[in-house]
Amino acid sequence: MYKKRFDGRKFDEMRPIEMEVGILEQADGSARFQIGKTIAIAGVYGPKEMHPRRLRKPDRAVLKCKYNMLSFSVTDRKRMGPGRRDKEIGLVMNFALGKSIMLDDFPKMGVEVHTEIIQADSGTRCASICAASLALAHAGVPMRDIVSSVAVGEVGGSVVIDLTKKEEDHPDGATDIPIAYLPKDDELTLLQLDGKIKPANLSKAIALGIEGCKRISDLQKKALRKKYSSS
Amino acid sequence: MGKLHTEHRKIAVPGDLLAEGMDFVPSMGSYRDDEKVFASTVGIVDIRGRVIKVIPLNGRYMPMKNDVVIGKIKDIAYNHWSVDIGGPTDANLSVSEGVSDYVDLARTDLSRYYNFDDYIVAKILRVGSDGFVQLTTKGPGLKKLRGGKLTEMVSSKVPRAIGKSGSMITMIKDMTNTEIIIGENGWIWINGKPEDELRATLAITKINEESHTAGLTKRIEEMLKKGV
Repeated sequence: MYKKRFDGRKFDEMRPIEMEVGILEQADGSARFQIGKTIAIAGVYGPKEMHPRRLRKPDRAVLKCKYNMLSFSVTDRKRMGPGRRDKEIGLVMNFALGKSIMLDDFPKMGVEVHTEIIQADSGTRCASICAASLALAHAGVPMRDIVSSVAVGEVGGSVVIDLTKKEEDHPDGATDIPIAYLPKDDELTLLQLDGKIKPANLSKAIALGIEGCKRISDLQKKALRKKYSSS
Repeated sequence: MGKLHTEHRKIAVPGDLLAEGMDFVPSMGSYRDDEKVFASTVGIVDIRGRVIKVIPLNGRYMPMKNDVVIGKIKDIAYNHWSVDIGGPTDANLSVSEGVSDYVDLARTDLSRYYNFDDYIVAKILRVGSDGFVQLTTKGPGLKKLRGGKLTEMVSSKVPRAIGKSGSMITMIKDMTNTEIIIGENGWIWINGKPEDELRATLAITKINEESHTAGLTKRIEEMLKKGV
C-alpha cells in the first residue's frame, strides 16, 4: 500500500503550477505551462488557409494538433521525429480541444496547434492540453471554455492526482489516467485508461481529477487576465 | 429581466459568465447557451444597452465588407493580383478593380501597375461565405503607397489608435509631422523624416500595448512631447 508520496505531497495535491501567456513572437498565440518538472510550450497559428486542400471542411475549420517531445526532455535521449505515441497524443489533444473551439466560425480554414515538451516528468499530454488551450485563447480563436487537464491514477492501491515519473514506475503497480475537463459544461473531453484500477477507485479518481481541473482552470483564467491587467 | 454578471470595460476570458436572461443579446466575442451569455474570446467587455460585446485583445484580422485596408502584393496572375492583408487568406484584386485604364491582358505586364511587394491601400468590395475577399482600389484615398514605413497592431485595437473622431491619430500626425494611413486590418503606413517615423511608430506600439487602459491619449501626448 502506498501511504506517503515520494515528494511528500498529499494524495489530492498537485505539483506547483506555473504558466505564462504570450511567449513566442511569431505565433498568433502562445503559452508555457509548467507543472512540477513537466514543461510544455504551445504555439497557435491561424485561422489560416488549410493545407493540404483535400482535408478542408466546407462548413467549418479543421483543428490540427501536433505533440512533440524534444530529444533532451527525458533522461534517455528521445529519437527525433513523430512516433506512434506522438501521433496518438496529437489526436487525443484534437478531441479534447475540438469540443471547446468554435470551428464553424471559419469554414474551409485550418487552425494549427503545436506543442513541444521541453522537460518531461509525466503528465505531458495534460500539460500540452493546458498550454494549447491558453495559446488558443491568446490567439483570439473563439472558444466555449478554457480546457484544463490533469492526470489522476492509482499508485500501489491509493488514488492520487498528478503522478510523477517515479510514481508511475512504483513497484506495486501504478495506473495513469489523463483527464481533460470543461468546467462550464461539466463535461469530460479526455479520459484515457490503459492499466488496471478497481471500479470504486476509478470513480474516485475521476472525481479527484475534476476537482484538480477546476483549480487549474481558475489558474489559467488568472494567467490570461494577468497578461493584460498589468501596465 | 436578466441579470448582468460583469462590468463595462472589464477583462473577460473564454467561458466567463457575462449575463443571464434572454433580454441580453450576445454580439462579437460572446455566445448564448440557453439563458446565459458567455465570453468566447479574451477581451474587453463592452456593454451597449442590451448588447454585450467582447472586443478581442489579440487575434487575426477577419475581413469585413467596406473596410479600408493596407495590403502587400504577393502574387501576380493573368488577370488579378493576390494581396496579403493579414487575414486568414490572401485577398484578390482583379484588373478591372485595380486599374482604371483599358488593359489588353495578352500584351500587358501587370507588374507595371502593381509589382511584387508593393503596398496598396484598398477597400474590401466583397467577402464571400467561404472567406474569399475581393478588393478594389477605385475610390477616394485608395492608392499605391510609395516610400514610408509599415508597422502593425492588433486589428481590433484600430479604433483606439484613431480615437474619438480621429483625436488620437490627428495628434500623432501633428506632433510627429508625419503622414499616417491606418488600415482596418491593423497595418499602419507612416511617412515622414526617419526620426519622425520612428517616434510615430513608438507611439503606435504603445497604443497597441496599452489599448485597454484609460487616459491613453494624454499619456501618448506626454510621451511625444518629451521626445523619445
